[in-house]
Amino acid sequence: MALRTPLHAAHLRHGARMVEFAGWDMPVQYAGLLEEHMAVREAVGLFDVSHMGEVVFRGPRALAALQAVFTNDLAKVADGQAQYGCLCREDGGIVDDVVVYRRSAEDLLVCVNAANRQKDFEWLRDHAGGADVRNESDQWGQVAVQGPRALTVLKKLTRTDLDAIKTYRHAPGAVAGVTCLIARTGYTGEDGFELFCPAAQADALWEALMEAGRPEAIQPAGLGCRDTLRLEMAYRLYGSDMDDATSPLEAGLSWVVKFDKGDFLGRAALLRQKEQGLTRKLVGFQLTEPGIARHGHPVLREGAPVGLVTSGTRSPSLKLSIGLAYVPPALAAEGSALAVEIRGKPVAASVVKTPFLSRKAS
Amino acid sequence: MTIPDDLKYTKDHEWARQKGTKVLIGITDFAQDQLGDVVFVELPAVGDVVKRGESFGVVESTKAVSELFAPISGKVVEVNDPLVEAPESINEDPYEEGWMIAIEPSEPRELGELLDAKAYKAHVDEQG
Repeated sequence: MALRTPLHAAHLRHGARMVEFAGWDMPVQYAGLLEEHMAVREAVGLFDVSHMGEVVFRGPRALAALQAVFTNDLAKVADGQAQYGCLCREDGGIVDDVVVYRRSAEDLLVCVNAANRQKDFEWLRDHAGGADVRNESDQWGQVAVQGPRALTVLKKLTRTDLDAIKTYRHAPGAVAGVTCLIARTGYTGEDGFELFCPAAQADALWEALMEAGRPEAIQPAGLGCRDTLRLEMAYRLYGSDMDDATSPLEAGLSWVVKFDKGDFLGRAALLRQKEQGLTRKLVGFQLTEPGIARHGHPVLREGAPVGLVTSGTRSPSLKLSIGLAYVPPALAAEGSALAVEIRGKPVAASVVKTPFLSRKAS
Repeated sequence: MTIPDDLKYTKDHEWARQKGTKVLIGITDFAQDQLGDVVFVELPAVGDVVKRGESFGVVESTKAVSELFAPISGKVVEVNDPLVEAPESINEDPYEEGWMIAIEPSEPRELGELLDAKAYKAHVDEQG
């Protein structure tokens, strides 16, 4: 049977349609994908992201241990800041992409993808050189309040100074009486917060947010729009756009690989790949003929297969068919003319700049 | 969940409505609800020949792709072209605005072999 988050009952109460995702019984939609998508872009949406995992490094060796397996540089972030990066294998393949919340040099919370909870924990523990690493995934609930009105909603429920929590920062605080880690992070491209709370109180927190959000037209939002929202921002999805056979350089994540920070697992292989040059690169594309590209569709150039689509959808905000695909670097420039083979037929596509949707800086 | 009494149905959730000499085809309320928001539809051209049980097109929601299967055989005599620009009609009004193609049947007996509303409802109930 599929796993259930602490918010499972809340989803049923709010009329969600449930599907299995990464072994979890999750809401795919409530009112409808498009309605939820636009609610997040224009007002505020509420997501259950409790299926994500939390692995915590503690003690005097915590920072050094995590630095040794993380591609980004945690020495560059202050306490109370968060940082995105990858965990890589020796050969440079991506174990997972994660967000690290640095509470202090001796207390760092790693938020990992749902499908990778156990794999990441074992990986981190086995490469931590004896540092204190714990899998706290079952103890935490996690809700994401996302959208231009997220701040207004959350302000009603906390005395914590939310304006002081800038993007990619976090602070402990009480929300509706529930002790949380309040983080200004998300996966939608909108302003918003992710609240890490004790699993047993997730339901109470959810209902308090729904109640406080009513005047702001808050909408419970499912995994369906989570995917269209993230894809409009060209945020990568582990398991679709990358896996342990792709490197962060190929996945367009070289901005989170800090070669100059000192050694880390995968560094030598990635450096070698950088020097030798890439054989493929993840790019954003837009279909210029009718159709919708999907994961696994071949990418063609003058009729010959040159790559693969890793994500594709119809963008609800842009009303265009967009996607991500691996292509040879020579074909990766903006404007490069390609085709996507959809049900045996080539459909014209063009490489475009990402993110697909440009947002105002918050 | 509406299942109009005057239509015929397939187990794949298409409906068929006799209208003079032609038969209109679409997908049911149950099908559109299962699919979610339809954002793309691919239909045959007027003059194409379709065969019972074979694919005549595709509907895609933001998440899923679903093939359309012809309830009966025949020649396509009309296509609901506005659906290409407004595929949401399939969600909003699956039995009227959301019709997809009109067929001139080549095997008229096939229409009689489709499920009636009662049998289709039983089929849907079985699927939960």
